[in-house]
Amino acid sequence: MTAEAQAPAAAQPVRAERSRPSSGWRVVAAKELSDHLGSARFYILLVVLGAAAIVPLYFASDALRAAASSFDDTRFAFLVLFLYAPQDVPIPPVFGFVGIVAPLLGVAFAFDAINAERADGTLPRLLSQPIYRDDVVNGKFAAGLAVITIVLVAVVGVISGFGIVRLGLVPGIEEVLRVLTWVALSVVWVGLWLAFGLLLSVTIRRAATAALVGFGVWLLVAIFGQLIVGLIAGIVAPIASATSVEEQLALATLSESILRLLPLTLYQEASRVMLNPTETTVSTPATIGQLQQWQAQQQAGGQLLSFDQSLLLVWPHVVALFAMTAICFAAAYVWFMRQEVRA
Amino acid sequence: MTTATGRPIRRRRSGHAADASSSSAPIRTRALTKRYGERIAVDTLDLEVRAGEIFGLLGQNGAGKTTTILMLLGLTEPSGGSARVVGLDPSRHPLEVKRRVGYLPDSVGFYGNMTGRENLRYTARLNGLDRGEAEEHIDLVLDQVGLADRADGRTDTYSRGMLQRLGIADALLKDPDVLILDEPTASIDPIGVVEILELLRRLVRERGMTVLLSSHLLDQVQHICDRVGIFADGRLIGVGTVGELAGTFGDGAAHLEATFADGGADPSAALRRVEGVEAAELDPDTGTWRLVVRPIDASARVREAIVDAAASGGLRLTSLRELEPSLEDIYRAAVAGLGSRAVREEVVA
Repeated sequence: MTAEAQAPAAAQPVRAERSRPSSGWRVVAAKELSDHLGSARFYILLVVLGAAAIVPLYFASDALRAAASSFDDTRFAFLVLFLYAPQDVPIPPVFGFVGIVAPLLGVAFAFDAINAERADGTLPRLLSQPIYRDDVVNGKFAAGLAVITIVLVAVVGVISGFGIVRLGLVPGIEEVLRVLTWVALSVVWVGLWLAFGLLLSVTIRRAATAALVGFGVWLLVAIFGQLIVGLIAGIVAPIASATSVEEQLALATLSESILRLLPLTLYQEASRVMLNPTETTVSTPATIGQLQQWQAQQQAGGQLLSFDQSLLLVWPHVVALFAMTAICFAAAYVWFMRQEVRA
Repeated sequence: MTTATGRPIRRRRSGHAADASSSSAPIRTRALTKRYGERIAVDTLDLEVRAGEIFGLLGQNGAGKTTTILMLLGLTEPSGGSARVVGLDPSRHPLEVKRRVGYLPDSVGFYGNMTGRENLRYTARLNGLDRGEAEEHIDLVLDQVGLADRADGRTDTYSRGMLQRLGIADALLKDPDVLILDEPTASIDPIGVVEILELLRRLVRERGMTVLLSSHLLDQVQHICDRVGIFADGRLIGVGTVGELAGTFGDGAAHLEATFADGGADPSAALRRVEGVEAAELDPDTGTWRLVVRPIDASARVREAIVDAAASGGLRLTSLRELEPSLEDIYRAAVAGLGSRAVREEVVA
């Protein structure tokens, strides 16, 4: 045993000069991002999503050219790239496609975020560094959002490039604005799944189980979700049984609200309105007055909404999606903060 | 500790203000308690680790060693009592504590897709070391643990012993005042254990750190620890040097070993005549005499008397040494005492 005060005194000057760690979450996020970008799953998902978006467009380019020229206002021809759904093959438009397939991205980049660290024995080491515990979840979530943004921007870039080079559709400022808003909306949508994946990685100890649950829920929502919710809506609000127009409209509104319980509906409605300036309503008319107004508009040959009007129309959808993402992330966050470090 | 509702305000704590109290004991706990529901993992623990010593926390798996360590690092909230690490409360200033305490977790892991050096680089960044300083530190610690030549291999190709050494390098990277090692020698082959313990000894000498290590492998850490604490069922049932503990928990006797060359007189009578020798037995296999000396503090006097007796009685004494008490025996005795108490308590309950 040496003299008691000696040891700390010797180490003191070194520490005093040491810089404070810049926000720990950024260090975690940088490491996670470089992990993601070098991972096989990133390239696989990028190729799958890119191919799935571009291949139908390629085969449909003739039809697209015709559709673009017949579009209500040639100023918005560029947006047809994202809205066009070929009639002869059952392929959804690009936004519908993103709505169904992109959640894969979210789940894939988050399902093993925490539980893999736990399984590898790196979590106690990571948490014993001078960072706050929430820096770990925050950093991982931020890195996931960054990867999602990169992938979505890349896919949209490929589609736009295809439109510009092959079809000669050059976007105007408002179209660019609409597409960018839609990309942001899509990031929030996939962010919801990222937060859900993160929640699974915190609550489920085994990464494989978390992946199964995550992809299972995705499959259920993507394939059967609207079917099931539609069925429930049909039972709760049987439109066919309505005796008057008012009742019919009321039931239609109710049925719509029920469908919107599904986040996928919210995302697709919001995407449709943001990408298509001819969409002037997001809900069915709730009163006879609105119905008449709507019919008059339809007869007049369609009316184009400006960008801010479209955004205003779907603002509640955006807020709702954002709130769901926030709730999911908060659940993962709180759970993680309360968890014991040791399994 | 950060909470769900908000993180504490990040401000630079003056490390110096806290040092006045930490200089005497870098680690000190008062009635530290951790409950998991009904189960008490750590029971009113009073522990003091002095500056510059290697303190061994010994106990079986599940005795509460890791829980104690996690509380010292602010990674688990205590249910009661208080802890001071480098003079700070770990649950209120976890960042400052973690900045100054290096920690090697039980069965440490690294990111397998990264090299050893990259793993350390990540730790350096988390500690806020700037780039140039970090590279220098990394080279230094890798050299100290003897991993410099394998540092650029992926860690999923490392053996358990190499991971353990990398873990020590990782803990040293922040140039800590206190090093906490949880089971540093578990699941390593005997030669690796010797290497790691040697390494720790050397590091403590070179860097003047305070070390707290936990282990259930008693004979391994016996030689390296200045003091040990025996931990059982969440309670510290004995603290001191191995010798002191032997006095408390041993049989109250010292043990000597004497060897005589052939051709001399029969030593048995001479040995038994020495005052303080309670028993003298010849081990027929090895030809050595084992002596039980009571009371324990008489052993020095007894040794002198034996040398005198040998000289005057024509015995050819070739070696005479005191047998170190085995920590394992002490531990067994200590736990046995506790065991009976625990059983009694259970009966009362």
